[in-house]
Amino acid sequence: MDMALAFLVGLFVAAGIYLLLSRALIRMLMGVLVLGNGINLLIFTAGRLSRDAVPIVPAGLEQASGPIVNPLPQALILTAIVIGFAVFSFLLVLVYRAYQVLDCDDTDAMRLAEPVDAPKPPLSY
Amino acid sequence: MQDLVQTATIHAADWIVVLPLILALVGAALALILRWNGRVTFLLALLITASIMACELSLIARIWQTGPVSMTMGNWLPPFGISFTADLFGATFALAASFVTLFVIVYAEADRSAADGRDGFHGLVLLLLAGVTGSFLTGDLFNLYVWFEVMLVASFGLIVSRSTAVQLDGAIKYGFLNFLATSLFLLALGLLYGLLGTLNMADIIGKAPAANPAAMTAVAALLLLAFGMKAAAFPVNAWLPASYHAPPSAVSALFAGLLTKVGVYAVLRSLVVLLPASRDVLEPVIALVAIGSMILGPLGAIAETKLRRAIGFLVIGGIGAALMGVALANDAAISGTGAYIIHSMLTMTALYLIAGLIERTTGETDTRRMGGIYAQNSALSIMFLVLVLALAGVPPLLGFWPKLLLLEASLEIGNTLGTTLMLALVFNAILTLIAGSRLWAHVFWRNREDALVPEHIGPVRRALRYSAPAALVGTVIILGLWPNIMFAMSKAGAADLVDPARYIAAVGLGGANP
Repeated sequence: MDMALAFLVGLFVAAGIYLLLSRALIRMLMGVLVLGNGINLLIFTAGRLSRDAVPIVPAGLEQASGPIVNPLPQALILTAIVIGFAVFSFLLVLVYRAYQVLDCDDTDAMRLAEPVDAPKPPLSY
Repeated sequence: MQDLVQTATIHAADWIVVLPLILALVGAALALILRWNGRVTFLLALLITASIMACELSLIARIWQTGPVSMTMGNWLPPFGISFTADLFGATFALAASFVTLFVIVYAEADRSAADGRDGFHGLVLLLLAGVTGSFLTGDLFNLYVWFEVMLVASFGLIVSRSTAVQLDGAIKYGFLNFLATSLFLLALGLLYGLLGTLNMADIIGKAPAANPAAMTAVAALLLLAFGMKAAAFPVNAWLPASYHAPPSAVSALFAGLLTKVGVYAVLRSLVVLLPASRDVLEPVIALVAIGSMILGPLGAIAETKLRRAIGFLVIGGIGAALMGVALANDAAISGTGAYIIHSMLTMTALYLIAGLIERTTGETDTRRMGGIYAQNSALSIMFLVLVLALAGVPPLLGFWPKLLLLEASLEIGNTLGTTLMLALVFNAILTLIAGSRLWAHVFWRNREDALVPEHIGPVRRALRYSAPAALVGTVIILGLWPNIMFAMSKAGAADLVDPARYIAAVGLGGANP
């Protein structure tokens, strides 16, 4: 199971990076999403998978008597999902706004901040 | 095992470690609530930033006397709770960050127009400061990731504040690449947790040597890439000159002063302190990155005609010099990097503020159409020249001393790597001087073709606008003339980074724990 998930993580990250390499912003957004989920899955897998124990301390005890599963990776993923979602929503709005204002979703055509035909620097001094 | 659930005692005095963060977060929330009244949020932001500075000063005084201070959240004992651990480097950088933020807030107040109104500027600035302070003071890698994201979200808000076409274009590049950098950081965190089972920095120091060295090096390389992107180091630097000139100059100044430096600090913390064995393996890569940034930064600045874009390239050159210390990693080099980060924060912020003043005075953003303000505005001309000299490292200004420490360090190492880095640093200083003086000559010295249209602003607003960069330039000069405090602090701080025994003991993981 760990192996299968590890391959899935690899697939997600590869697909995410492939999409991020695209020039179309909407594909880049998809790439961000897939890459983020791949990373969340990686933390999940790195926390080890097990069906033999639960991450619950019985009532009345201060610590589990038998084996116990580490619940921390899930907490890390939860935080990462929330943050990733917030940043992704911002990027979504940003891309839409840029599409409205700049009238393109091709990064090659977005050269306002970095003009293509930048002038040569003056030769004085 | 029983002590796992025992209540850890937290002394009231230890709260000083998190007090700057609490202040910044509460201040940010209040400023967002009160954003209908710009005057109130301005005063609130000043008050909050000043109190953060006061907290950090007393924190530094305490660290100076007794060593690193740590506090672990939620009554858990480390390494289970999230630790906040302030050592001399972290606390001093946090102080420098709030110091420059204070002046950026003052400048922005005089630079903003009524049209900016309720954009929540002060709230976002305080949130950014919270993210930066948190990154400097945290003792937990996952927590560092969270503060990175806080910083990122606040900077998103600031960079698109006026939603002009150029800003949106710059924000797209800034947004995607910085989000990718934090995603890579998270990826490295996941792998590190899988390998070590801990993310507490002090605990990682203890456990890293036992782990598989190849896997640890892969994690370290990912961290280097992620933080290198954050710091805009060569070859992942392209987003910085593409985006830093888009927002208003106060925001550019804040970004240049704080964000890239956090990236360098994270490289320093993660590679020198946490994974020193992997740093040794990656040493040639770090050296290459440092040399590339040191040479290409100022060369880009020479070729650039837009003033604030050119300064962006100078920021990259400074990042190279700061990373040089990580590549050398002996005591003198680490203290040089620490001092360089402080110098870079002050100088870069001041330079962007002055660039903003130049743009206001000339009404242009391109140096080819500027010129001729040498006589009309000698104050501006002198401040710009002082900063250029400080940046190039001309004694007795602040920039000279960190470069001296770095040169000493590379001579001490003495091998090919040290010599190459030393030559690159000297070359970087010369190129920076050429780039800076060329900018100065074009902006101030050269005759202007058409008549200058003076900007009409009131005397109070004008004084407020000039006071912020003037105070920063004054600090650069004063710290340059009396560098002994900085030397003593960076030496003591570097000693704690190279030998983190006191750091680990402060967190509570020294010896007694298995």
